[in-house]
Amino acid sequence: MPETVRITMEHGSGGQATGELIGEIFAPAFRNEVLGQMEDSAVVSGSGRIAVTTDSFVVTPLVFRGGDIGRLCVCGTVNDLLMRGAVPRYLTCGFILEEGLEIELLRRIVRSLAETAAEAGVQIIAGDTKVIEGNGGLIINTTGVGSVPDGLDISAGNAGEGDAVLVSGTMGDHHAAILGERLQIESDIESDCAPLGEIVKGLLDGGIRVRTLRDVTRGGLGTVLKELAEASGKCFIIEEDAVPVSARVRDFCGLLGLDPLYMGNEGKLVAVVPREQAAEALEIMKNARYGSGAAVIGKVAGTGEGTEAGELLMRTQIGGVRRLTVLQGEGLPRIC
Amino acid sequence: MSMNLEEIKQYLKEYNGPELKIMEVCGSHTGAIARNGIPGLVSDRIRLISGPGCPVCVTPSSYIDRLIDLCLTPGVCVVTFGDLMRVPGSRMSLQQASGMGGRVKMVYSPMDVFPMAQREPETTFVFAAVGFETTAPVYALMVEQILEDHIENIRLLTALRTMPGIIDRLCAGGADIQGFLAPGHVAVVTGSKAFEPLAAKYSLPFGVAGFTGEQILTALCGIVKACERAKSGKDGGLVMNFYPSVVTREGNTEAQELVERYFGVSDAVWRGMGMVPASGRLLREEFAALDAGSRDLTEDHKINKACCCDKVLMGKMKPTQCPLFQKVCSPLRPQGACMVSTEGNCYTYYVNHRE
Amino acid sequence: MCVAMPGRVLSVGERTALVDFSGNRVQARTGLVKIEPGDNVLVHAGCILQKVSDREMEEMNAVMREMDELL
Repeated sequence: MPETVRITMEHGSGGQATGELIGEIFAPAFRNEVLGQMEDSAVVSGSGRIAVTTDSFVVTPLVFRGGDIGRLCVCGTVNDLLMRGAVPRYLTCGFILEEGLEIELLRRIVRSLAETAAEAGVQIIAGDTKVIEGNGGLIINTTGVGSVPDGLDISAGNAGEGDAVLVSGTMGDHHAAILGERLQIESDIESDCAPLGEIVKGLLDGGIRVRTLRDVTRGGLGTVLKELAEASGKCFIIEEDAVPVSARVRDFCGLLGLDPLYMGNEGKLVAVVPREQAAEALEIMKNARYGSGAAVIGKVAGTGEGTEAGELLMRTQIGGVRRLTVLQGEGLPRIC
Repeated sequence: MSMNLEEIKQYLKEYNGPELKIMEVCGSHTGAIARNGIPGLVSDRIRLISGPGCPVCVTPSSYIDRLIDLCLTPGVCVVTFGDLMRVPGSRMSLQQASGMGGRVKMVYSPMDVFPMAQREPETTFVFAAVGFETTAPVYALMVEQILEDHIENIRLLTALRTMPGIIDRLCAGGADIQGFLAPGHVAVVTGSKAFEPLAAKYSLPFGVAGFTGEQILTALCGIVKACERAKSGKDGGLVMNFYPSVVTREGNTEAQELVERYFGVSDAVWRGMGMVPASGRLLREEFAALDAGSRDLTEDHKINKACCCDKVLMGKMKPTQCPLFQKVCSPLRPQGACMVSTEGNCYTYYVNHRE
Repeated sequence: MCVAMPGRVLSVGERTALVDFSGNRVQARTGLVKIEPGDNVLVHAGCILQKVSDREMEEMNAVMREMDELL
């Protein structure tokens, strides 16, 4: 490829420049038999129930502490599949490149994407690239496909009275990392973006009768738990003291008047499991990659006086009770 | 014998005297009280009321309108805290104006505007200087630096408000309040002495409080005890400092002097409440060149005629009693400032399902 | 309304000081109170407003005793 340093509209024309871009950057990174056929669509084997998800990634900056948009798009997609107990198998990636994007940056992102895909055990079997006018940005759209073992039913509606609620680690890290990059606050906070396959596999292989799994993304833990409470028609009660938040993230939030309960992650999950299996599930999570900070944070209560269906309650550090909703608004930092 | 947290909680829960309405006048207190679940921890006979403690909520609509006009002006960039982004003016919010091509930059600290101004000497940067006494010294430092460094392209549009004036208006207006939770960080600057004239004038207890659940409960305990003391004929007007780690009686005199040097006391319009004498500060005349037009921002329009923010801010109405609350007005579709700000009374009630 | 946090001063410069909050570092503006490395300070909107007394426990106890004498 000639000495082009940045993406131009030519790369999107479908001609020579496009071919070279794919040949030099995408094909070598995503090397596999299926993609190598370079057909119009991928034909793969599969039977039984499949899980399908789609997602788009528009994060800025493209590279941040703890990750980049390439790693993020694999984790986000793969985790959505894992939350239904599916084994992630295939990913598609549509790249929308803005004019001006540095090709070396693109190469780095694609490499990171490929490495994360390998870690997560998925193949990139279809892709697309388009170029639009812009300012050097990048958007990635994905579809993820996984296979769901027979008889497995993991979904939001399954939570039952007495079940235990666990999280796989500290809350708010990804959102704090991104926000810290955008404002002038220097911090060591890293995005926690990670594929959660080992945790989920560990739980299922370990015989845990998992009721619900949800990854804690946009909107944070508060939003996710409130949605689960409403979907299941039960009341969720959590302990403020038990929710793991790193000192770094806690103080970052303190500086900006933000609430870690409403700051998103990209590598943490909520698991609802039968009470009698809570200790075991915790042990499994703690021993799995990316689960070392796991904790039991609460339980699913029956509905009755003070505990209504669809309600999310939190016992505060001083013993009060706080009723939580989903995130309202954008969670902009405050000063006043 | 000092009380520990459990004893304080027990005292507050078991209080059985006459009904007490205790008002806090600090958005951070509004939020902390709700986030800690404090209303449920105190006796039914202790009612916690939110007053006009959110500087964003009390900024008149004309201030937002002026910011919007400025950000849409070529060659001007408005710099602001996140708090102001979603507050509606008479037509739209800053966030919406930004979507229309207006130049708005959100920062953590007003000091962040200096490197911006240096990078773009041909742009005029207008800082949206809102806040109470806590933030005024920060703006004073800003003005000092602008003058010392001879910076030509930074201006301030101010909406500075001060607490004693509005508390006076509340009490003089016959508000049914038996005690005040005084704003801890305001007191860091002003000293707890700032509340002494009010305590004496209205014979009311003021408890200067920090922002953790424990600190707030401790201050409430002191206020309730002071009210009980007043029952037995002793003088109920006193100021107690429950945030001694950072608050002293005198406050930060250096900060006070700096503010006084650049900003003079002025009357100010509080959204929904009209003009309140000696309740704000404006850049002194000799620094008028740095002012982006703060002096004539007195007009104030309701977004929705049925909005009751003014009554809510005065503690005369609970958010839940406003006809628009939840039905029409929500954080996603705010009809008044109290629902826009994340420290607003209505917003806090809404997201914490408070009754 | 006034989000402010205590942090520890790492170093002092001409107009600013580097303040640490459990790993978050802010170049906070000085000028309102004299400080030196090691001090605990209260920071609001990127400005140091006050030193945090390390005698909080003592002072709080004194306040509580005063309060007990109220009734």
